Amino acid sequence: MINELLLMNGYGVYVLSAFSFTLLSFITLYLVTKIQFVKEQSKFVKKFGSLDTEKANSAKSQRINKEILANAVNN
Amino acid sequence: MFKLFQPNKIFQLTSKAPKYVLFLFVIVLSIGLTEALILSPEDYKQSDAVRIMYVHVPAAWISLGIFSSITFLSISGFIFKNKNFFLIAKSLAPSGFVFNIIALVTGSIWGKPTWGTWWAWDARITSMLILALFYGMYLISWRIYENEDKVFKISSIITILGIINVPIIKYSVDWWNTLHQPASINIFSKSSIHSSMLFPLLVMTAAFALFSLLIFLMKYNTELIKIKNKGLDRL
Repeated sequence: MINELLLMNGYGVYVLSAFSFTLLSFITLYLVTKIQFVKEQSKFVKKFGSLDTEKANSAKSQRINKEILANAVNN
Repeated sequence: MFKLFQPNKIFQLTSKAPKYVLFLFVIVLSIGLTEALILSPEDYKQSDAVRIMYVHVPAAWISLGIFSSITFLSISGFIFKNKNFFLIAKSLAPSGFVFNIIALVTGSIWGKPTWGTWWAWDARITSMLILALFYGMYLISWRIYENEDKVFKISSIITILGIINVPIIKYSVDWWNTLHQPASINIFSKSSIHSSMLFPLLVMTAAFALFSLLIFLMKYNTELIKIKNKGLDRL
């Protein structure tokens, strides 16, 4: 049964390599995008931490900044 | 209406959505893979080689769809003077490019057992390769130009030129004698593909669409944080 599934009447090598290439491309694109996202997020948190209280409060008044910080904590 | 397209409003939604989209993608992909590799029947002519269709065709459809969306968004960005349209277009491009490459590579793998060759300068394949070049130029333009107005203009010109190629890809099988067969699936008339093959094809298309949505959301969030990082530098 498993042999039949893998061999696919002699076309297994073509079918499985096409599916493997697709899944590998998905994983690579996902990881590259995730790494870029985490990098930018940690850059933001670092920059935010270096602000003095007044500037930090002014930046925190923006909703989007609050969201980014909240997400960074959750991740 | 364009208030809905403001980054602040969108980020509230896009920052939370990826985990749900990823979950849904894994479920739909699992169903799609089971259908495509195990449950769907083999073709009477191509035997099991036909299963490559379940990754090749959705990848080609989605790469064409994304390129058309990028062009529409770039033109809308100029008409409505809304930078966010360009940002959405930029965030869509990486997944469109990867789907284009998947379509080319899986097509090449499919070509060997069915046509006896990995590559042919057939009208459909060549026009898909040209689309990949336009995707490449679009992505490079965002990397090399620092000036915002310049990058909006250059990237839009690339998409407008590239969109001419999209109908050529679609109708290449009708206009020229190619190795590709004419379309088996028609929206306005009866499809010639059997439902036992149509179902896995549609499920895999849904899975690929969810994946491009996931990548788009992650990329868009990254772009918004990049803008906010620049904002913090100016404080």
